Amino acid sequence: MSSHNTTIDWVLVFTYLLLVTIGWLAVYTADYNELHPEIYYLGSSYGKQLLWIGIALLLGFCIQILDTRFYTAFSYIIYATSLVSLIVVLLVGSTISGSKSWIKLGFFNAQPAEVAKFATSLALARYISSLGHIFYSLRERLIAIGILLIPIILIRLEDETGSALVFASLSFVLYREGILPGGVLLMGVLAIILFITSLLLPFYYIMASVAVLLLLILLMRGKTGIWEKLLTYLPVVVAVITASLYLNEVVLLIVLPILFLIALLFALYTQKATYTLLALFLASFIYVKGVDFIYNHVLERHQQNRIGVVLGTIEDNKGAGYNVNQSKIAIGSGGLTGKGYLQGTQNKGNFVPELSTDFIFCTIGEEFGFAGSATVIGLFVFFLLRIILLAERQKSRFTRIYAYCVACIIFFHFTVNIGMTIGLMPVIGIPLPFISYGGSGLMGFSILFFILIKLDSERYMYLR
Amino acid sequence: MEPIKPEKIILQVVVVLTALLLLVRLFSMQVMDTSYQTMAKDNIIREVTVYPSRGLVFDRDNNLIVNNLAVYDLMAIPRQVQNLDTTKFCRLLNINRDEFYKNSARMEAAAGYSPYRPQVFMKQISADVYDRMQEYLYQFPGFFTQIRTIRQYNCHNAAHVLGYIGEVNQMQIDTSNYYRMGDYVGVSGIERSYEEQLRGERGTKLMIVDVHNREVGSYKNGEEDIEAIAGQDLHLTIDMELQAYAEEIMQHKRGSIVAIEPATGEILALVSAPSYDPNLLTGPQRGDGMRMLNADSLKPMFNRALMAFYPPGSTFKPLMGLVAMQETGIGSHYYFACNGAYRLGRRTVGCHYHASCYGIETAIQHSCNSYFCHLFKLFVENDKFSNVSEGLIKWKAYLNEFGLGNSSYLDLPALSGYVPSPERYDRMYGKKRWKAVSLISLGIGQGELGVTPLQLANMTAIIANKGTFYYPHVVRPNTKDPKHKYNQLHKVSIDHKYFTAIINGMEKVVLYGTGKTAYRAGLDICGKTGTAQNPHGEDHSLFIAFAPKNNPKIAVAVMVENGGKGKKYAAPIASLVIEKYLNDSIAPYRKALEARMMKANLISPRPRIYSEPLEEEEEDLITTIYLPYTDGTATAPLSVPEQINSKTTQQVSATEPAAGNAVPVQINNDLKVPIPGVIKAQPLQPPPDGN
Repeated sequence: MSSHNTTIDWVLVFTYLLLVTIGWLAVYTADYNELHPEIYYLGSSYGKQLLWIGIALLLGFCIQILDTRFYTAFSYIIYATSLVSLIVVLLVGSTISGSKSWIKLGFFNAQPAEVAKFATSLALARYISSLGHIFYSLRERLIAIGILLIPIILIRLEDETGSALVFASLSFVLYREGILPGGVLLMGVLAIILFITSLLLPFYYIMASVAVLLLLILLMRGKTGIWEKLLTYLPVVVAVITASLYLNEVVLLIVLPILFLIALLFALYTQKATYTLLALFLASFIYVKGVDFIYNHVLERHQQNRIGVVLGTIEDNKGAGYNVNQSKIAIGSGGLTGKGYLQGTQNKGNFVPELSTDFIFCTIGEEFGFAGSATVIGLFVFFLLRIILLAERQKSRFTRIYAYCVACIIFFHFTVNIGMTIGLMPVIGIPLPFISYGGSGLMGFSILFFILIKLDSERYMYLR
Repeated sequence: MEPIKPEKIILQVVVVLTALLLLVRLFSMQVMDTSYQTMAKDNIIREVTVYPSRGLVFDRDNNLIVNNLAVYDLMAIPRQVQNLDTTKFCRLLNINRDEFYKNSARMEAAAGYSPYRPQVFMKQISADVYDRMQEYLYQFPGFFTQIRTIRQYNCHNAAHVLGYIGEVNQMQIDTSNYYRMGDYVGVSGIERSYEEQLRGERGTKLMIVDVHNREVGSYKNGEEDIEAIAGQDLHLTIDMELQAYAEEIMQHKRGSIVAIEPATGEILALVSAPSYDPNLLTGPQRGDGMRMLNADSLKPMFNRALMAFYPPGSTFKPLMGLVAMQETGIGSHYYFACNGAYRLGRRTVGCHYHASCYGIETAIQHSCNSYFCHLFKLFVENDKFSNVSEGLIKWKAYLNEFGLGNSSYLDLPALSGYVPSPERYDRMYGKKRWKAVSLISLGIGQGELGVTPLQLANMTAIIANKGTFYYPHVVRPNTKDPKHKYNQLHKVSIDHKYFTAIINGMEKVVLYGTGKTAYRAGLDICGKTGTAQNPHGEDHSLFIAFAPKNNPKIAVAVMVENGGKGKKYAAPIASLVIEKYLNDSIAPYRKALEARMMKANLISPRPRIYSEPLEEEEEDLITTIYLPYTDGTATAPLSVPEQINSKTTQQVSATEPAAGNAVPVQINNDLKVPIPGVIKAQPLQPPPDGN
């Protein structure tokens, strides 16, 4: 390793610092205590967060000092250690806000699931890159899936559904590396979409939408270039989004754009379209009917209620619905430019529970308005696109896979967290990366990020 | 350029599309939709409840008897309480640390507790604590005071009429859309029956609070505030002087007195003894008062005048006579031989020894059991009816007209008493397996019949009015509207002419009959004694009366539990109440009688609990010696056999000889002492009975 090869991506690091700073400002206003306005007051969350940021930067520096090969060589060991700690936490962990996922270490409660995120990413990168070829045997595919599944199961056992779902997002990486066929992933997404819509919309609407979708795919088959196809769709997507501005319906906002996205992907993939599409139509028909039957005849009343509350078909402004309702009021009342820093009435009135952690986006939305929230979203998009760009520029498969893992994890957190604060996603308590208060979270995301920076800084070296 | 593989760009497309989606949603929420701004504003607006002052209560003479007193509740919004200096706080409130923690625990255990909403920390803090607290309240964020009003009574009587208020219970909150946690609501008496008029309408004041939840001003200059509407005042028909007098005379006794003005249906006095001071159930001592009254085995909270069922006994006979005359067509001179008992089949209803009854007047005068048993049989087994059931149904209908078996006409919470229907006897004896003989004791007011003292008084008022009446009530309607419940004149379906004989009979009761102890010269009292057998011990002493005979001003029903014969306590008490009302004072020569009645203690020792030998006898006529007073205007009748009758003397005089029946010995010094043994004819003195 020679020094001229070491090129740290300062753009990305700078974006990271920007996000962390915004995060600290948000935590400061969320938990502002007028008796202790000093920023270093360790009795307050912002004081602690400042300490954590310092530790994270120190840690980031240490990560840069270590030899790159350390991460490849120790990836399995790190993975195994994190699995052990997940098991330990299952046995002796403390329960904090409903999930048994914490280990108490003096003044600091550690969450092994955070460690598992980069550990699993490292292990996945190590395993797939070590295969050396791109035609995988079934055994190899199953092992790769297994690396992903073990932490998912363990974390699910801790009742941390949110974190478990984060790992599920890593299945995109499997698709990117050809382990999981695109069709499987798409079918999975389609199945979820149809499941939700079948409970929300009349049967005939859904089947009509599916038919239109499949017809569109048929029409698109002739086009060859991806941009050509994308351009055909763009007006439709824009039209739907514009319409949904006025309808303000969850269904229109989420489901229809995703359906079009699926159409696009099918159009890219399917060659023997007619029969496949016909089969798909029939399968959708049976599936939607089946979901309907199961929901109405198999599920118990309380299970129906739980699904209903998440989908918004059942009004619930006192239980879980209370958080979302207050959070929407906070963000919605922000207006274009917000109420001003430290001036949010919702934030200061303590109306939103979990404000400094899961609902941190409320402070930004309320005090900086649409301008502030758009800036944060823009920063995240830039951050994610930069990571993907960085992934695609790697020579080393290990780094590429790892970078995609980082992108997937952060993207999932970003989408679900902001989505739930504005009522587009069900409330599954996962933090907004770099912004939310919490030592464990910040450490986890920072390590994840700094390892990527380290790996990328030596992108001219081939790792496996 | 090689074609771009989808897996390389798909994540970027998804990221951009998702971000677009979030931005669209945020734009619509934050920029296009302004409703969230309103909702956020609602969050910072504090709704302050303005409690209306409860309606005042005046008595018959327009004296204010119930008013409101301002007290302060100390409220807390637990979430806002910070860095509380407990020691200082407790010292200001005059409580110790234990009480502080007890209050906190009680607050948190209360239903509907929320740390974000105002909760009652301490109820009804006194005015001086409030003043002190106001000064230092700024040092205790999260605490504030809220003004409430409680009842204050300017009298010590009529507790059962006035009733009391208490906090609403969960059931009332659930079933009404007005009440909220912590509201006061009438629990008994007029507080309950006139709740809607008294309570008024709650108002709200909207206050803007800043981020630290301090009130900075009213919202929109009070445009959206809702004014509280004060409750309506009530004017009672109760004559507080008479009420106080009646309560005093009923001291140391269980029973009740109900007095009605027959011309209007207005209740002049309504006593249930033992009673209590209404001040016990208000203010900070309310809890202790409530516990004390609940623990009392004499049940002072129980309103006997409206809730207790008694057999009316012989006081029922005038009504029996009326309905029999109306329905069977017998005249007032109908003759029926008594023969000392009424025998029907195997059943015998005993009667006492008295002169023959040459008509209904004398039958009432002597309270002849046989006569009225016979009338009852004549009534229910009349040829007009196809069977006894039909007769009984008709009989019941007449009783209902007289207000028995019903209480909905009254403006106080009351029970309806019990008038048996044929179904009752069908169950007891089997369908069609009973006849008049099975229920013959109904004719003399015994058996299954149950009436409340109020119903007796109402019945008496109807008889006094010769069939017309207004529904009895304790609150004057505030309107002259003839459609108002209490402005409507009602009429029973008994012919006017039949009343004359009955009223004459009732006059004779007082002049020469069983109720001579109720005689008071110049008042023209008409009455009827009653001695109700009951399973609780000594007979209940009953008396119904009205006066004067022509143009009656007052109708009274007196009920003295376990008081023995009707003439023993009830009749003299009734005459005293009537005298007090009509003359405003008791004649000096009757002070002795008054003192005897007031001092009579029927509560201690306990009344006998073993039952009497079962015989259906009525009041026996007892030789009475009239003891003329030195001024010679009238006499205080004194029944000799009762004095020697071991069971009564034992009961009344054993423990408290000074308060017993032996009148001559315990008359107050300032009263004129009667000279025993001197029998002197008086012009107004009724002649002794024929027997």
